[in-house]
Amino acid sequence: MRVADAFSSGPALIVYLCMGDPDIKTTIEAARRVIAAGADLLELGLPHSDPIADGPVIQAAAQRAIAAGMDTDRYFQAAGKIEGIPKVFMGYYNMVFQRGVERFAADCAASGISGLIVPDLPPEEANPLMQACKRYDLDLIFLVAPNTPQQRAEEIAAMSSGFVYLVSRSGVTGARKEVLDSTRELIARVPAVRPRAVGFGISTPDQAAQMVAAGAEGVIVGSACVDLVGQGRLDKLEELVMGMKKEMIKVAPKR
Amino acid sequence: MMTTSHTSPLETARFGSFGGGFIPETLVQPLRELADAYLSLQADPGFLEELGELLSRFAGRPTPLCRADRLGQALGRRIYLKREDLLHGGAHKLNNTLGQALIASRMGKSRLIAETGAGQHGVATAIVGAKLGFETQIYMGEVDIERQKMNVYRMELLGAEVIPVRSGSRTLKDAINEAMRDWAGSYETTHYLLGTAAGPYPYPAMVRDLQSVIGQEARSQIMEQEGRLPDSIVACVGGGSNAMGIFAPFLSDPTRLIAVEAGGRGPGQTGRTADNGASLAFGSKGVLHGAMTKILQDPFGQILESYSVAAGLDYPGVGPQLAHLAETGRVLTRLASDAQAVRGFRYLSQAEGIIPALESAHAVGYALEEPQQLGDLCIINVSGRGDKDLHTVMEYEGC
Ligand SMILES: Cc1ncc(COP(=O)(O)O)c(C=O)c1O
Repeated sequence: MRVADAFSSGPALIVYLCMGDPDIKTTIEAARRVIAAGADLLELGLPHSDPIADGPVIQAAAQRAIAAGMDTDRYFQAAGKIEGIPKVFMGYYNMVFQRGVERFAADCAASGISGLIVPDLPPEEANPLMQACKRYDLDLIFLVAPNTPQQRAEEIAAMSSGFVYLVSRSGVTGARKEVLDSTRELIARVPAVRPRAVGFGISTPDQAAQMVAAGAEGVIVGSACVDLVGQGRLDKLEELVMGMKKEMIKVAPKR
Repeated sequence: MMTTSHTSPLETARFGSFGGGFIPETLVQPLRELADAYLSLQADPGFLEELGELLSRFAGRPTPLCRADRLGQALGRRIYLKREDLLHGGAHKLNNTLGQALIASRMGKSRLIAETGAGQHGVATAIVGAKLGFETQIYMGEVDIERQKMNVYRMELLGAEVIPVRSGSRTLKDAINEAMRDWAGSYETTHYLLGTAAGPYPYPAMVRDLQSVIGQEARSQIMEQEGRLPDSIVACVGGGSNAMGIFAPFLSDPTRLIAVEAGGRGPGQTGRTADNGASLAFGSKGVLHGAMTKILQDPFGQILESYSVAAGLDYPGVGPQLAHLAETGRVLTRLASDAQAVRGFRYLSQAEGIIPALESAHAVGYALEEPQQLGDLCIINVSGRGDKDLHTVMEYEGC
């Protein structure tokens, strides 16, 4: 399954889960429910001790997962058991670098992961991983932020594959009440040379719909889902995903 | 060639295969703006004059280069001490905070944030925040707040707010994470004042250049007093700012440069904590806090906590330029254990009448162990004074 498949039938809902929080069984069950509820793409987070781009919710989840024994070997074993929609890896570069970019890419391919998001790897540092991704036919997804200058934003959109990740606001991951005007501006100025998915701070069906109405081809929800998994509320998780998907379809441009 | 003086341009973000900028996209632009500002201010006479004046009239530069006769006699060679312990604030940290705060004010920022472990860099940041009129917030791990109550009070007295960090291991590395997270959302008004020659470009080069005033002074002072370059220079290494500061002006000389890391309790590991702070000696290549460098980590890439009796050396990474210079062999890396550092602490106190910081005491402790490595003429960088450490040493010795 390709990352692009997630965007083929309308706006894509992308759900982030932290692998192994609180244990692998729960992540696999959460993934099953999220898929059943209509998610189009899964971002499977590999917990890191020092997640500099993440807010308190995902930090805490990563810490719980590491304490419960999550590591890169177990991550790939568990990822291989999640099926139904395309999956991408989300994690910090040191975890990739320690395994070696070649072996990491091979393990992704072998466990059915079709793309990678590495939030602390800007294009300037990405060449070794990009080459490995090409060899294993994996998408490498880059991020554009509200403060990314226009020319750079266009270059990143062009070199990103699968989709381009629009960071909805400055700061770190975590739910926010307001969808900022700057997010709308970002959607308007990043060329749609490939699907554009908006993430960081989106937590409600209404916000997801606003992003789609503003022209985004995808919406990424992380902390809100991780929070519910952390509370053991998988029923609420299912409800949230269903609600988001429903509102996104309502406002989607007719094809 | 790396730059060696604080007036030469930042030529590159990389030191061999180390350095770079492994950072979220949101920080790419703020770091570029910082690099641009620093590059242009380096050649700005007004800026240099203002910094020079603050360094001399406010901070007390130049610091003396002082011959240590009794220590030298005991070791059978001539030893000089570079007295950063006499700088305002009690450590070399102010050289960097004054420079960065001036850059921040030229960039129009109104707020400073910083990380601190032991509190020395936090205090040096609070000092410049007060002196130059910034709102100042210092991130500090909860564990460190508990260990360093006096410095917390000093920072507050100086008008800074200390923000407890409850994430991760609740120590220095997590305080850096938290400061970077803050900056990703606040860069428009805020400067992140990183305290050592580590982190993403331009920090390793900028902090080195701001600290290289130590080496520039030492160079002309030793020429004046001895008429020749030293055979060796010894400095302790936490992130590497006092070491790079004194080494940088000597990089193209034959002088042997010796970086002393915290050997702690030994080379092992207890749970998820290394028994040392020696990332050059025991670490492996990886990315921490935005730079490719040497770090203490597990085989999967999770960062370990570090350990040292000296809180300022308790860091699981090191600046990328030192990692590079160690790899090429230009800088020799050596260890001083907790016990050797405490020995150096006592020795310098009794032989020279100078109570060094426990960090600096690692350099002294090493010199006592391997005097034959020092040649005939050696400079030891006394990066700070030891008043802050009396309690720790008393506890260490079971008083
Ligand atoms: C007196 C003193 N020396 C040395 C250090 C270590 O830092 P660096 O390696 O950046 O000089 C510290 C850090 O707090 C310090 O306070």
